[in-house]
Amino acid sequence: MRYLPLTQSDRQAMLGVIGAKTIDDLFVDVPAEAQLDGPIQGLLNHASEMAVERFFSNLSRQNMAASHHPFFLGAGAYKHHVPASVDHLIQRGEFLTAYTPYQPEIAQGTLQMLFEFQTQVARLFGCDVANASMYDGSTACWEAIGMAGRITKKSKAVLSAGLHPHYVSVAETMAKYTGDTLDIAKPELGSATDSARLLEAIDGETSCVVVQYPDILGRIEDLSAIAAKAHECGALLIAVVTEPVALGAIRSPGEMGADIVVGEGQSIGVGLQFGGPYVGLFACKEKFVRQMPGRLCGETVDADGKRGFVLTLSTREQHIRREKATSNICTNSGLCALAFSIHLTLLGEKGLRDLAILNHAKAVQAVDRLTQIKGVSLINDGFFNEFTLQLPREARSVVRALADRKILGGVSLGRLYPGVSELENGLLVAVTEIVTDEDIEAFASALEEILA
Amino acid sequence: MNINASGWKPEMNRADDDAPATFTGNRALMLEEALIFEIGDKSTTGVDLAALPAFTSRLGGLERNRDIGLPGLSEPETVRHYTRLSRQNYAIDLGFFPLGSCTMKHNPRLNEKIARMPGFSDVHPLAPTQTVQGALAVIHELAHWLITLTGMKAVAMSPKAGAHGELCGILAIRAALTARGDARSVILCPESAHGTNPATAAFAGYAVESIPATADGRVDIAALKSRLGPDVAAVMITNPNTCGLFEPDMREISDAVHAAGGFVYCDGANFNAIVGRVRPGDLGVDAMHINVHKTFSTPHGGGGPGAGPVVLSEALAPFAPLPFVDKRGDEYVLVEEETAHTDHPSSFGRMVAFHGQMGMFTRALSYIMSHGADGLRQVAEDAVLNANYILRSLEDVLDAPFANSGPCMHEALFSDNGLADGFSTLDIAKGMIDEGYHPMTVYFPLVVHGAMLIEPTETESKATIDQFIGAMRSVAARAKAGDPSLKSAPHFAPRRRLDETQAARKPVLVWTEPELAVAAE
Repeated sequence: MRYLPLTQSDRQAMLGVIGAKTIDDLFVDVPAEAQLDGPIQGLLNHASEMAVERFFSNLSRQNMAASHHPFFLGAGAYKHHVPASVDHLIQRGEFLTAYTPYQPEIAQGTLQMLFEFQTQVARLFGCDVANASMYDGSTACWEAIGMAGRITKKSKAVLSAGLHPHYVSVAETMAKYTGDTLDIAKPELGSATDSARLLEAIDGETSCVVVQYPDILGRIEDLSAIAAKAHECGALLIAVVTEPVALGAIRSPGEMGADIVVGEGQSIGVGLQFGGPYVGLFACKEKFVRQMPGRLCGETVDADGKRGFVLTLSTREQHIRREKATSNICTNSGLCALAFSIHLTLLGEKGLRDLAILNHAKAVQAVDRLTQIKGVSLINDGFFNEFTLQLPREARSVVRALADRKILGGVSLGRLYPGVSELENGLLVAVTEIVTDEDIEAFASALEEILA
Repeated sequence: MNINASGWKPEMNRADDDAPATFTGNRALMLEEALIFEIGDKSTTGVDLAALPAFTSRLGGLERNRDIGLPGLSEPETVRHYTRLSRQNYAIDLGFFPLGSCTMKHNPRLNEKIARMPGFSDVHPLAPTQTVQGALAVIHELAHWLITLTGMKAVAMSPKAGAHGELCGILAIRAALTARGDARSVILCPESAHGTNPATAAFAGYAVESIPATADGRVDIAALKSRLGPDVAAVMITNPNTCGLFEPDMREISDAVHAAGGFVYCDGANFNAIVGRVRPGDLGVDAMHINVHKTFSTPHGGGGPGAGPVVLSEALAPFAPLPFVDKRGDEYVLVEEETAHTDHPSSFGRMVAFHGQMGMFTRALSYIMSHGADGLRQVAEDAVLNANYILRSLEDVLDAPFANSGPCMHEALFSDNGLADGFSTLDIAKGMIDEGYHPMTVYFPLVVHGAMLIEPTETESKATIDQFIGAMRSVAARAKAGDPSLKSAPHFAPRRRLDETQAARKPVLVWTEPELAVAAE
């Protein structure tokens, strides 16, 4: 068996050294009635690489891959072109098969990469510090709510209607156990966000207000007024960024007063991957660093005075503080953080700015063409690379009809908000640099035909 | 224009040997590497983009008006930067990685190939389910294998990591208790438990109480039974436990907990010792997370990503989180909030956006199918054989507190008893680095002083293990003799011992331009 180096004679020799007759002697502590006397029934036996590959190829072919079709899906996961070197570099064995850098002397590769990653994230978000990543944006979001509760010692969180419904759902689940009360609302199919509602709702009992930027319908709004009101009431502003490429074109949440900025890093370097693994981004003001969950990498020196990096401030974490930890989180999303960091290094300041503008330009192009269709209107005033169209009828069946025509034409609001009739005609469309003129035309023609 | 032209390079001040200082600070293939902020600049980019079409901006007035401060590098410089960084890392691909409790087995490259097939890697989680039936089939197939291997009834696939899986299991338990109107307030964890166990229980709103261990390294079943009562929601057990020993009274423990109205959570981190030979479901377990990055070979990636699917008993299955994959006739469906009220009304809710770590599912299933039921059984046997071989080959030079109570399972535990005055487990670990190994797990579990937990896994040859044993004997002898060179180990790693105290006292978590850093002081 190709992954098992021991030979039968090795096994015999080792049993001899141990003083056991058979391997069963080493399982003597397991009660006989709990031991299976042979391989589990109903499962296959071992298979060659070729057989396994065939099984998976067959299943892979049954899926509509994004690069093979006009593709316009977003809603918290975006398709960008990932340069070829990224995937090669993350597959170097010293990155792929390394462990958490608990022995820093032989993990400076991982640690320096994390230090660079933390700096990139902090700068992108306009914050002082960032951690070494979380599982994903949605868990980073609820961890931020928990952190705000610890800092302010209050328990009412106000969530903007523009926050991704999955993120809201996760926060609702977790709030049942933390005792936080959540003030939530559904978005309206119009150009106005619910900032008026937020300003009204923030008061002396509020621990935090959570606003997505750009929001779930692609709307972009200045966070400064919300930040000011929150601070006046002793609350924190948590901004959520599900498309970090947007920050190449629009102002950062940190510069508008956000105390904590969390997000999903998937769109840079990671790929769609059918929902995971992704990479949670988490940044905040310096004064809150000891309340941050997750791993942190810091700079120091070694015994020779050379600069080096280590995991630090571990007294926040589960392996030291156990039940008093800031979070139960153990792992981060190291390899995805590496992919994010490499892609962002290849882009650089200029590349990210240019990529962002290109995304927006293509989105504008798509809006112009799609709103030519009778009955289709844009609900946004402003947008980055994602916007919401109002169709003349319920959008979910339209998306299925588009898929039948081999077009992956956006995410219906009916999928995101099932049963909310006011939103059912809404279609969320993402347009990134991967979209061609032909894709836009194919989408528009098919949509026209379906709606006719 | 450079963001910064600090021209950083390390100082070479090794006056203690007759090797010359080098101009670059490099030592042949040991190559120093600056930060991207020190070598890149804001106008360099390693990406070519398509031409910008004519357009009128619809951003709405919040255009960025200041620099972000991100450096860019060309492709050659980027490849070189990260290649040089990678060479400063130890990894499984490079050598033996005997980290107890982490199961650092070989990461098959077939997994990487399969995970990258476009039908799995290039599909969106919200694509209409009719367009991703093959991807849903993979999740369903893996779920079937996990349920069958563990002898349980259901599995929650969405948790993103082991600790996240623990949270899932504990929340399912809490939901079950609430549903029967029997909210309880305490969870019991052995003293030897991994830190995530009490951290998870505390998050879920429970008070955590410790169960002591017996002299032979097992859960004190008498103490446990006497503590059980109407306030105890659950017991969190690791089996095999963190001392590397099987809990022989597991069934008795489960029966006692159930009789008292509680649930049994099993931390599945050590499943590698029993996979294919023992089913946790037969031991009375109600919920167990599986670390696919441990038992099922998905790569550790320098700290994640992992995945932590949670197998569940019949009693807990109704409370599993959303969403999950179901098969109806020939069709795969995703059960989400939309149909929860009919399909899964008792769910405790959603734990994460989208539906799970697909990239880890493809890798884990590829591994599981490669081994098959017969191969997985051999995995457990070879893992246990290798650990016992190490235990018996080192017990004469290092104190093994449980060596006399029988065989160990997949990991061997030693203490710092017998080391020279002033010498510690840490010194042995740093000495092993010079020998070309990643050290074993140190100072865990907490129940053994100066714990050294060695888990070889099954993917090591006898020759590798023999060499490791030789190196451990050598370093242990130095620690017992009080060899001063061990206190300053490692000598040959890319860095000597790092000042972790300074890093915590004056945290520097991001890079700052030197002129700004000076101004701030």
